[in-house]
Amino acid sequence: MRTSLSWLRDYVSLPASSTAAELDEALTNLGMEVESIVDQAATVQGDLVVGRVLTIEELTGFKKPIRFCTVDVGKDAPQEIVCGARNFAEGDLVVVILPGGELPGGFKIGARKTYGRNSNGMICSSAELGLSGDHSGIIVLPAGSGVPGADARPLVGLDDVVVDVEITPDRGYQMSLRGLARELSYAFEAAYTDPALISAADGTTDVPHPVVVEDTVGCDRFSARVVRGIDPNAPSPEWMQRRLVAAGIRTISLPVDITNYLMLELGQPMHVFDLNRISGPLVVRRSRPGEKLTTLDGVARVLDAEDMVICDDTGPISLAAVMGGETSEWQPDTVDVLLEAAHWDPVMVGRTARRHKLFSEAAKRWERGVDPSLTLVALERAVQILTAHAGGTVAAEVLDLDHRAAPRPILLDPALPAQRVGVPYPADQVGELLERVGCTVTGNNPLEVTPPTWRPDLVAPIDLVEEVARLAGYNNIPSLLPPARGGTGITAAQRRRRTVGRAMAENGYVEVLSYPFVAPALADALGYAVDDPRRSAVRLTNPLSEEEPLLRTSLLAPLLGVTVQRNLSRGLRDLALFEIGTVFLPSGTTAVPPVMGVDRRPTPAEWKQANEFVPAQPWHLAAVLTGEIAPSGWWGPGRAAIWADAVSAARIALSAAGIADSRVSVAAAAETPWHPGRCAAVSVDGTVVGYAGELHPAVVSALDLPKRTCAMELDLSAIPAAPVVQGIRIASFPPALIDVALVLDRSVPAAEVSSALAGGAGELLESVALFDVYESDQLGEGKRSLAYKLTFRAPDRTLTSEEALAARDAAVAAVASQFGATLRGA
Amino acid sequence: MSYRNDPYDPKQAALLDPSALEAAVADAKAAFAAAADLDALGALKPAHLGDRSPVSLARREIGSLPPAAKSDAGKRVNLARQAVQAAFDERLAELEVERASHVLIEERVDVTLPWDRRPRGARHPITTLMEHMGDLFAGMGYDVVEGPELELEWANFDALNIGPDNPVRGTMDTFYVDLPGLVMRTHTSPGQVRTMLTRQPPIYVVCPGRTYRSDELDATHSPVFHQIEGLVVDEGITMAHLRGTLDHFAKAMFGPDARTRWRPHYFPFTEPSAEFDVWFQHHRDGPRWVEWGGCGMVNPKVLVACGIDPDRYSGFAFGMGVDRTLMFRNGVGDMRDLVEGDARFTVNFGMSV
Repeated sequence: MRTSLSWLRDYVSLPASSTAAELDEALTNLGMEVESIVDQAATVQGDLVVGRVLTIEELTGFKKPIRFCTVDVGKDAPQEIVCGARNFAEGDLVVVILPGGELPGGFKIGARKTYGRNSNGMICSSAELGLSGDHSGIIVLPAGSGVPGADARPLVGLDDVVVDVEITPDRGYQMSLRGLARELSYAFEAAYTDPALISAADGTTDVPHPVVVEDTVGCDRFSARVVRGIDPNAPSPEWMQRRLVAAGIRTISLPVDITNYLMLELGQPMHVFDLNRISGPLVVRRSRPGEKLTTLDGVARVLDAEDMVICDDTGPISLAAVMGGETSEWQPDTVDVLLEAAHWDPVMVGRTARRHKLFSEAAKRWERGVDPSLTLVALERAVQILTAHAGGTVAAEVLDLDHRAAPRPILLDPALPAQRVGVPYPADQVGELLERVGCTVTGNNPLEVTPPTWRPDLVAPIDLVEEVARLAGYNNIPSLLPPARGGTGITAAQRRRRTVGRAMAENGYVEVLSYPFVAPALADALGYAVDDPRRSAVRLTNPLSEEEPLLRTSLLAPLLGVTVQRNLSRGLRDLALFEIGTVFLPSGTTAVPPVMGVDRRPTPAEWKQANEFVPAQPWHLAAVLTGEIAPSGWWGPGRAAIWADAVSAARIALSAAGIADSRVSVAAAAETPWHPGRCAAVSVDGTVVGYAGELHPAVVSALDLPKRTCAMELDLSAIPAAPVVQGIRIASFPPALIDVALVLDRSVPAAEVSSALAGGAGELLESVALFDVYESDQLGEGKRSLAYKLTFRAPDRTLTSEEALAARDAAVAAVASQFGATLRGA
Repeated sequence: MSYRNDPYDPKQAALLDPSALEAAVADAKAAFAAAADLDALGALKPAHLGDRSPVSLARREIGSLPPAAKSDAGKRVNLARQAVQAAFDERLAELEVERASHVLIEERVDVTLPWDRRPRGARHPITTLMEHMGDLFAGMGYDVVEGPELELEWANFDALNIGPDNPVRGTMDTFYVDLPGLVMRTHTSPGQVRTMLTRQPPIYVVCPGRTYRSDELDATHSPVFHQIEGLVVDEGITMAHLRGTLDHFAKAMFGPDARTRWRPHYFPFTEPSAEFDVWFQHHRDGPRWVEWGGCGMVNPKVLVACGIDPDRYSGFAFGMGVDRTLMFRNGVGDMRDLVEGDARFTVNFGMSV
């Protein structure tokens, strides 16, 4: 909502001294968002002065007639100015911008040679000054209105201030001068004149034109008047044009400008029909299936059964409340007009506007709520202004089909505002404040509050509480902490994500966030089998990019498909990235969740059933490694990241999640998108919780990743809850250390050898550590040697060498029997 | 060869002369002092403390003295020997210190050499900022809750008094999916609904998390962003409590000189509603009011839809943009940097924000 301050001052006696900052603060505290407060005087820079045209010389021989003028601008010598307009004569007072000035839009004025003459400045039109849409000629000031050289700004209205505010969706009444001025009158304690308080002709039994309203829900009031014989060429008065332009509304013609002007002044949108282009009675009804209407913007629209239309004998001629049709619209030769002011159902208008994507100024007001009591006032104002400027005869008949419901009072406990706001408003203050916004207040406890017709947003006691708080000032509400109630802080799952994230970062991984939207083609690039459940993804029906409509079912997909590539493309080579986020796993059902109302709490069964339709969204952790994990430097060469780093990352995460190493197992696996020979399934208590290793060469190639890129993904939600860790007794007796080198088939996984050793060694074993892997033909075809350091210790004594050796032998025997291992060198 | 039974020899006995002993001590001191290093000192030891050193030889002569003189001479010899030994020990200690410091000098390295053999990782500032906010409220007695990002339309809209005709339910604002009745949550407010449906007042919770709106990515908008929602439902809760909580939050986030103001606003799920600005002293474009979030008293309709008696209980709710907070609090100029996953952006923040 944009308007000039001078217009506002017509209705509210703001102090002459009020500053832009005060105005800004007042509007802000009333609940409006101030977009801008612009001093018009500053929109034209430099000298904008009154000039008197002394001589005019007509220049010929150019494409259009040009005038070379001398103009007295109050200087010693007349100013020479070339001008293309012709609507002035010698002796006229005009508006001149001198060289060095600047017009709105950054148009700089200089002294220049044009049409073979010197031109020192410019004689301005109203449009050039940003005042109106009038390009037809330059401004000719009334004789005697100023002296040459005087500042011309006050004479043309450039001394005004333009205020632009954004209105919240509940306060339609603020989208008018009437409402804005009323609001400002509260803030400045200033006198207010309601522009709607004029005497307007009431509806008459005889009507100016027959109208039938078939749907009084969609249209609970329809009023109309007729004016015949207007001058179709009468222009809108300058003051009206200025106010419309200042409000950001294009001027079109007197009748249309009047409807726009009154929409701004009163908040009542109106429509003007050419009476002679209407055939037969008007019918106001819902649209019928398949009906079409070409609206004023030239778009042929197929109407919906919910749309309201105004029809004549030919069918729909106007999309009610939103936009008129081409056939019945005012035309440049229109002499007889029917002015319509109605009241439409805001829900209907909102739906129609959205359905047809027609967000007109009228529709914005209807959606927010329009005062239904204004139709006759608006018509009265319209016929007055129209006949004053274009003549014509006003029909004596006034149509008013009024089906409004009487306003219902709200019962308000006068203590409620204090209870909800925390300020002890006395009961009489509550009543006063509500009366100030136009409510009628009767009764004591409860107060019976009838809201004014322009406040359809006031329906419940809490709405009145808000008005009391707003008028008494939000910023007068004290600041008080509620008493602490003793919470439990963060959950175990949240704590786990924190520890895991921290552990990853401490181990060199950098956390990134990826969009969860992925391209369907990624499933192929990642090598998912046709029946891979990760191919079954939730699809956005209105994705930002048609290329990426799916919600991720794995963190690695967007991480590998987008984020890693973006980093590589920006010149980063050595990457260790991780992400913690949710994936979206559809349940496969296509049924619809139960419909739940809002007038009561859903039953536990309803709530449970509804949640069964929500896809599982477990938290995952993913990591990607490429390039060097340890950089080269003066100390020597670096080390490229390998599959083992990815497996290690999984172990780091599990350890941070509170899972003891002894519960974690790693086994060879063949999962996509990993290299089938370099993929580890990572399990906790025997249940797989994720995979790690080197990516499949085909995936690396399809995604254009560096060779040997490694990755890991864990389902954090699948990891069992961390137990309460039990303390251990620290033995103070010395350990016995024994190394064993075992020769085995290469196919025997080291992890299984370790656990066999541990199983065989018995309770004295403290730890098993693999310290060498040796492969040689001398060991035998397909064999390798694994060398382990075994640490034995007893809690209660120093072990004898016999005891330690016996334990070692038992360990080796276990491996020998399970895997056919032999002691190397034995 | 034994001297024990040697006959008295005046020449030998002369070694016991006090002046001779003094001279021996002085000689030894001078010699030790002149020793340049531990090896030189060691080489001097036999000459001054060995069997053939003057003090040792003098000790042997005691036997040749008449009994009456023995005790006196013995004392003198002992004192002299102790003096020589002390001089030796003193010099030895000096030279050992000298040698130790010499070793330390030789072992000097260039400690400015880089040793970043294991590059440091980092955590995303959105993560750490959300944790920081969660911790703050946990310290005030709140629970930190969460809800699904792909959410029931009922919880995201209907239960929050966002009726079917509210424009925010349009596809211009909301992501819809091929599953009926579900949307990508447009705010963390459905966390309120889930909380109220699963526990009874008093309720003190915050709900940080990811949210979605169908905005194109630019410097100030992202289709994926983050919010923290707060909800308190208890007996006697007022707007003053809301203000106190937000003031506390603002000071914790932006420093003790943070000031707040609120402006009446409209949200379907709160009434009265307000938008909340914070005076941010350290804004990189100079001190200014910065729009921080929305808040208000929980609309009684929301309480009813969640089965809480609006006559007995009242509550407040607020929602702040985490990304937005990070942008002005930490001087992040471009929303894209938050969501594009460039490792350098994260590394800059290290482990905290």
